Amino acid sequence: MLKQLECSRAIAEVIARCRPEVICAYPITPQTHIVEALSELCRTGELAPCEYINVESETSALSVAVGASAAGARAYTATASQGLLHMAEVVYNAAGLGLPIVMTLGNRALGAPINIWNDHSDAMALKDAGWIQLFARDSQEAVDLHILAFRLAEELSIPVMVCVDGFVLTHSVEPLDVPSQEQVDRFLPPYHPVQVLDVSDPVSIGAMVGPEAYTEVRYLAHHKQQRALERLPELAAELAVILGRTSGALLHPYRLDDAETIVVAMGSVTGTIEVAIDELRATGLAIGAIALCAFRPFPLVELAQALAPAKRVIVIERSLAPGLGGALASNVRMALQGGAIPVRTVIAGLGGRPITRVSLRRLFTSAAQDALDDLTFLDLDTGAIDRELARWGDQRRSGPSAENLLRDTRRPR
Amino acid sequence: MSDQRIRFYQTGTFTVGNRLLDPSDRAVQASTARANALTSGHRACQGCGEALGARYVLDAAMRATGNQLIAVNATGCLEVFTTPSPETAWQLPWLHSLFGNAAAVATGVAAAMRVKGKPVRVIAQGGDGGTTDIGFGCLSGMFERNDDVLYVCYDNEGYMNTGVQRSSATPPTARTATTPAMGPERGNVFGTGKSLPLLAMAHNLPYVATATVADLHDLEAKVTCAMGIHGARYLHVLVPCPLGWGHPTDETIRMARLAAECGLFPVFEAVDGEVVSSTPIRRRVPVEAYLRGQKRFAHLFDGPTPDPRIARLQALADQNIRRFRLQPEVTP
Ligand SMILES: Cc1ncc(C[n+]2csc(CCOP(=O)(O)OP(=O)(O)O)c2C)c(N)n1
Ligand code: SF4
Ligand SMILES: [Mg+2]
Repeated sequence: MLKQLECSRAIAEVIARCRPEVICAYPITPQTHIVEALSELCRTGELAPCEYINVESETSALSVAVGASAAGARAYTATASQGLLHMAEVVYNAAGLGLPIVMTLGNRALGAPINIWNDHSDAMALKDAGWIQLFARDSQEAVDLHILAFRLAEELSIPVMVCVDGFVLTHSVEPLDVPSQEQVDRFLPPYHPVQVLDVSDPVSIGAMVGPEAYTEVRYLAHHKQQRALERLPELAAELAVILGRTSGALLHPYRLDDAETIVVAMGSVTGTIEVAIDELRATGLAIGAIALCAFRPFPLVELAQALAPAKRVIVIERSLAPGLGGALASNVRMALQGGAIPVRTVIAGLGGRPITRVSLRRLFTSAAQDALDDLTFLDLDTGAIDRELARWGDQRRSGPSAENLLRDTRRPR
Repeated sequence: MSDQRIRFYQTGTFTVGNRLLDPSDRAVQASTARANALTSGHRACQGCGEALGARYVLDAAMRATGNQLIAVNATGCLEVFTTPSPETAWQLPWLHSLFGNAAAVATGVAAAMRVKGKPVRVIAQGGDGGTTDIGFGCLSGMFERNDDVLYVCYDNEGYMNTGVQRSSATPPTARTATTPAMGPERGNVFGTGKSLPLLAMAHNLPYVATATVADLHDLEAKVTCAMGIHGARYLHVLVPCPLGWGHPTDETIRMARLAAECGLFPVFEAVDGEVVSSTPIRRRVPVEAYLRGQKRFAHLFDGPTPDPRIARLQALADQNIRRFRLQPEVTP
């Protein structure tokens, strides 16, 4: 049933229907509305039995989830940005221990400069921690992906991060369907751990492993991700039957028929890209798009197949790997290795800068004419850059760049 | 709070005569029915105080809970020497996650037990580094929330597992690999460090206690007492480390005893933030008697005249004795 809801509220409600037993949370924008709503659902008893723990840091948030999960409880937490980096050590640890924790990441930029707005810097910083990373293209998918996340996590005993664009999705209000308890129960069986702290059958979890077996342990982490490549589409198909809509996939293709230019992206920017593509298609441009839902595991084969007919690929990158370009584009190139299809990286929408339809249309048009450099920064204020570079050249003590740039952009010219 | 203290010390030694006690008063370790939660075969150094302390703590807790116990361990010597994979010396469910998060992981385990309605109790344990330094944030959070966890710190006054570096529990003047006996002020400096038991008390915990591996009966009694209480509890155990302290491996217990008997390590119990009892010093010794036996303090004794810093250490011991009333017969 469709209801006018904020995405965060809908995520909280679907989490509650996934029957988590331990929820731990530490507030950070833009994740707060999710954990606030969950605390409410726990207080009113709508979500029971469940232990809701207000911790003192993100390190503790995920550590509590680690303990709860190892003790056989279904555990959930949510964070964003600095919070994810704060818990980074535990993020790797949870994956290394193979604990099926589900975490929502309200994607947000990383400081410095501190910035609360949306991009994918946080998720990319921990892309190789061993978690499955699923990116929601819209609010409804954000809701549905969480059910999928718990099922996948527990089936493979691997943690899953559901990446939901901060503000753009987390704070948007629109008609959403929160799957019913009956629908969720039909899809998500109770948690049966593969390893558990049990006084009647004691095991030691988290022992030291030397060179004799470390590689094999790591191999199995990769193996689980490969299994997830197979299971994710199967589970998504199963969920689609129950929900009557498609949510979750390795990737979502859009107007790929005879497309010569294919745009690859993740998250909410997909919607704008599709609108821009519709407009360009109307002018006769053969262009399509792929929205990756699974970033880890990375669907190398499926992506290569989908991109095979293209003459060029443009990657819309919501984070920057300074000194290289972008993480997503590097992975796309890996999928296309050996082929002759050029891949252009476009850094866009950093720190919440809007990615407009107009800018995209201009970008795609010049891409279709092969006029793009290898690395482009969408809507970069080159004047401001030039002025700051000049200051660097003029004086040793040029001051903090971020403040200089801000002052510059606010000064009437 | 501890059990009634029965004195059966044999003449000329400090050995408690277990044999002479009523069976119900005997140490948990004296019973063949003990859990052996930390069993033999681990890789601790000979004479390791931490291994000794952990065995007594866990077995006492196992008995107090009817073996309904899960342990969470911070990274450190105890974790490393007990689990040389694929072997494990733990006979109870045991989880190691990271160096600085044991208290929070234990909170998660306790939450899982509560939500599942299982009457299983949780112990978190770590070294002084994992407790007073890197794990302090998580620990303070666990304390403040009054989570149902007993946290045990095995204090050997340094980062032993990484090769004996200074921690905030390292005493002034002690030589460690990062406070070498060099320069104008050799060893660790004065005016630094912190008392975790006092910090724990500042959280108004229902139970805080200190103990040493010199009085194992007392240690067991405090664990038993702690397991009889719900909420966040803290136990700080002094565990000499022959490798890091530089004393002979058969002197571990003597070093622990001297630490308490000179006043540098006060043994006490606190309830709801207030000290309720302290173990009186039976035969007070000057700090020098304690310091001389350890190579980490050797530089205090290599000059022609006594190092004046010995007197400063003595002043710290005297302060403890006054503060915790370790010599009740001596009016302050
Ligand atoms: C985040 C992190 N920093 C540093 C280390 C390295 N490290 C492992 S054990 C250890 C020392 C442990 O000291 P303590 O907690 O006092 O225990 P002990 O070995 O002395 O019993 C250190 C520094 C680590 N494992 N993780
Ligand atoms: S270094 Fe010290 S604490 Fe570590 S095992 Fe050896 S004696 Fe025990
Ligand atoms: Mg130590």
